[in-house]
Amino acid sequence: MRPLLSVDNLSIGFGTGTPVVSNVSFEVQPGETLALVGESGSGKTVTCRSVLRILPRAARIRSGTIRLNGSNGSKELTSLSERQMRNVRGNAISMIFQEPMHSLSPLHRIGNQISEVLWLHGRMREPAARKIVLECFERVGFPDPERAYDSYPFELSGGMRQRAMIAMAMVAKPDLLIADEPTTALDVTTQAQVLGLMKELQRDTGMAMILVTHDLGVVANMAEQVVVMHKGRVMEAGPAEPLLRSPAHAYTQQLFDAAPAIPAHPQLAPELPQDDLILQMKSVSKTYSMRAGKSWQPETKIHACRGIDFSLQRGKTLAIVGESGSGKTTAARIALGAELPDEGGEVLFRATPQSNPIAVHQMSRAARTAFQREAQMVFQDPYSSLSPRMRILDALCEPLEIHGIGSKSDRRDRAEKMLKLVGLGPDMLLRYPHAFSGGQRQRLSIARSLMLDPSLIVCDEPTSALDVSVQEQILRLLEEIQERENLSYLFISHDLAVVARIADEVAVMRAGLVVEQAPPDTLFYNPKHPYTKALIAAQPEPDIDRPIDLKLVASGAGSPSSWPEDFRFSDSMIPSLVQVEPGHKVRCHV
Amino acid sequence: MTQLPDGRYLDDAPFDAQASLQQLERRDLDAPNWVLIWRQFKTHKLGLISGIFLLFSYLMLPFAGFIAPYTPNERHPDHLYSPPQSVNWYHEGEFIGPFIYPMTSEANLETFQWEFVPDTDNPAALEFFCEGKEYRLAGLIPTDTHLFCAPGDATIFLWGSDRLGRDVFSRILYGAQLSLTVGIIGITVSFLLGISFGSIAGYFGGRIDWCINRVIEILRSLPELPLWLALSAAVPSNWGPVAVFFIISVILGILDWPGLARSVRAKFLSLREEDYVRAAEMMGAKPGRVIRKHMLPNFMSHLIASATLSIPAMILGETALSFLGLGLRAPAVSWGVMLNDAQNLASIEIYPWTAIPMLPIIIVVLAFNFLGDGLRDSLDPYQH
Repeated sequence: MRPLLSVDNLSIGFGTGTPVVSNVSFEVQPGETLALVGESGSGKTVTCRSVLRILPRAARIRSGTIRLNGSNGSKELTSLSERQMRNVRGNAISMIFQEPMHSLSPLHRIGNQISEVLWLHGRMREPAARKIVLECFERVGFPDPERAYDSYPFELSGGMRQRAMIAMAMVAKPDLLIADEPTTALDVTTQAQVLGLMKELQRDTGMAMILVTHDLGVVANMAEQVVVMHKGRVMEAGPAEPLLRSPAHAYTQQLFDAAPAIPAHPQLAPELPQDDLILQMKSVSKTYSMRAGKSWQPETKIHACRGIDFSLQRGKTLAIVGESGSGKTTAARIALGAELPDEGGEVLFRATPQSNPIAVHQMSRAARTAFQREAQMVFQDPYSSLSPRMRILDALCEPLEIHGIGSKSDRRDRAEKMLKLVGLGPDMLLRYPHAFSGGQRQRLSIARSLMLDPSLIVCDEPTSALDVSVQEQILRLLEEIQERENLSYLFISHDLAVVARIADEVAVMRAGLVVEQAPPDTLFYNPKHPYTKALIAAQPEPDIDRPIDLKLVASGAGSPSSWPEDFRFSDSMIPSLVQVEPGHKVRCHV
Repeated sequence: MTQLPDGRYLDDAPFDAQASLQQLERRDLDAPNWVLIWRQFKTHKLGLISGIFLLFSYLMLPFAGFIAPYTPNERHPDHLYSPPQSVNWYHEGEFIGPFIYPMTSEANLETFQWEFVPDTDNPAALEFFCEGKEYRLAGLIPTDTHLFCAPGDATIFLWGSDRLGRDVFSRILYGAQLSLTVGIIGITVSFLLGISFGSIAGYFGGRIDWCINRVIEILRSLPELPLWLALSAAVPSNWGPVAVFFIISVILGILDWPGLARSVRAKFLSLREEDYVRAAEMMGAKPGRVIRKHMLPNFMSHLIASATLSIPAMILGETALSFLGLGLRAPAVSWGVMLNDAQNLASIEIYPWTAIPMLPIIIVVLAFNFLGDGLRDSLDPYQH
């Protein structure tokens, strides 16, 4: 069979530098999915963009051919004129971008943006186009296509916007769809649903797909062919099944080992002891009031979190898992005293087992200073957590300087020691943060949080901006440090599989409420709540025999009012957290 | 490439699974911010040339008296409205070095105009490091050595002379001393006010922010030109030229700060959300320290760029005020004061060189704009 797209010996470079993509070849058969897998900087995005010739301005295709054998004959894409190329874009090949927030124009109605594809390629006028677009909306799962047609992008959630992008890519019935990390910016449950939708659409229309991703779990669920890239070179390429069952290249193996996985055979875990608590949060709520759009309407109340009871045992890790907007970050900020809980909430912190608890929710200035030495935070984005103007030495010494600890040389010695602890050399002290990779910067940020010798560290999604293999290293580092320094972690994440390895207890949050709380093994062994079940089911596993169970995802991922009777809650009626097993609590009506 | 029996391709090149953690990913970015900005700025040719030109102009200011052949208020009663004289090198096909033809003036009794005739028979070679009227070098050292002057009774008016027989070229050089520094003083005043009000509004927010914003809006809503006029009319007319100059710069600065305060506030609001600022707050840093150590350094470069872009407005403001006769007054010399002489349409028609002070204004304002543009383009060196 003639391949739909064949890329042969492609090399791309910026300016005169070393090529960012060298000698890449692959073929896409009609109706098949090819996954381009790699970490950031591997050249996968540049490769897929070169097919549509939408490369950054400084990039040049140095050699190679890209041949498209579409429904209107065979074309060599690298030598087409710009004018002919426009005919290919959106018509024969279309693309879905990573950021659904930025890829739709905020000024135009969704429907008009999508009909534009049809107008541009000269097929039809508005009424006819509208009909087709509405059909397409229904197909991609908009509950009310008419309303979606007339709404603006900001009225839709991230998942809905990505569905609109898919509709835009599909509406001209292209031969080939290029999806550049289409689900990376989405929550796990939404990701599962969008992936399911893409697969279904592909089956119905018979189009081919190039899926760019860094996640082997997504590959296992979607692709027939896989190309693994690293630093611009193809490491391993071939059919998905043998590749995922027995990776032959060391790099594929490394990616495979690093992929976080939910344990295959979880066991019921014993209840955690509660005798030496470092942090206790008692019935903590946080309500924000938002001014209504019209001045005569009352303010609307937003419950960021409601009635949270956590207790963190010294030297252990408590993980809070939830989608964006579930209130997990607010909870962490309250725990650190950066935000005050509503009246009645209590946050108690004990620096040592013997010491009197500090009431974090009503600290005096002196108590706050003492508390800040004991509790530190590691941020999500390693690129913005270090000031670009400060050398590493200054950034590391800053906490000591603020609290006036030690002499200059003491501080330097301590910085050197911490740098060694996180696996970096002392020659890094005089460098600037921008010279480092994401993983190295996250290590620096961990080193900085350790400078004051704290007893509690709050990790706010410390690995979600990193590549999988780097994520694995950072998690290992955090575990090592915890063991050595007897640290306690409050670990925030949206990813259950990441949490599976590091946490001693997991609290799953949804809409500001903890819906289920248990040690991770118990949670995986015996998940009770439909939302937890959906989260577990939605986790893409790099195991080709464990595809995503979309039904389970759909039943738990919807709004709380669509849950089974026992678990349902609304603003006026909230069931309480019930202990179903020792150490395992579920929010349900008993 | 090897092919496995199941159809897979494998890369043969050796692969190091433990690629060194000690390696720097972007060695090129391992430098202080200003080095990176300079590296980027160098590629902006127009900005670079403008920057060098401005640097040269400012360095020249203390030595204006040395370069100028005459002092600013030196009168030549026999050479009123003398046209520009050119410096020649060849006399009757023979090279004799830089010289000028002396001008003789005759009254035309029909048109009642002075007519200037170059005396082409007697070339007068220019003298270098010659003695002239006394002036103060950099305003401090009294000296009478000039870079060049005409010998004997001959005159050298490179860009002509004005209504009182003063050399336009020399006056432009002296005028630069005031016209160029007015922008610097004004911007300093506006910088101090803008940064302090802007950062207070941006960092503390709430009621203070509200008040400062309303003040800015009120100041912005006042019509600019009449306000300038009113303020400068309030300057007592018996004050000396230096005091007037100073107060004019301060007035320009006071009216300029709201724009700067707004951009400082906006930048503060966006920087507050940066993780490194939040990190410093959580470590226990006090607001003063957060502002000084983390926020100011990170947008100082933005401020410098926007300051560069607002200096031209100050220079133009001074020119406009002086042109209307409300800014600096004679005997002070500035470009605006010189243009005040060119207010009469008829005199521009007959003696077009009296409008020459427009040229340095245009060039300097353009240069500041190019420089500011180049700086703004190179502010974010981390993107690439």
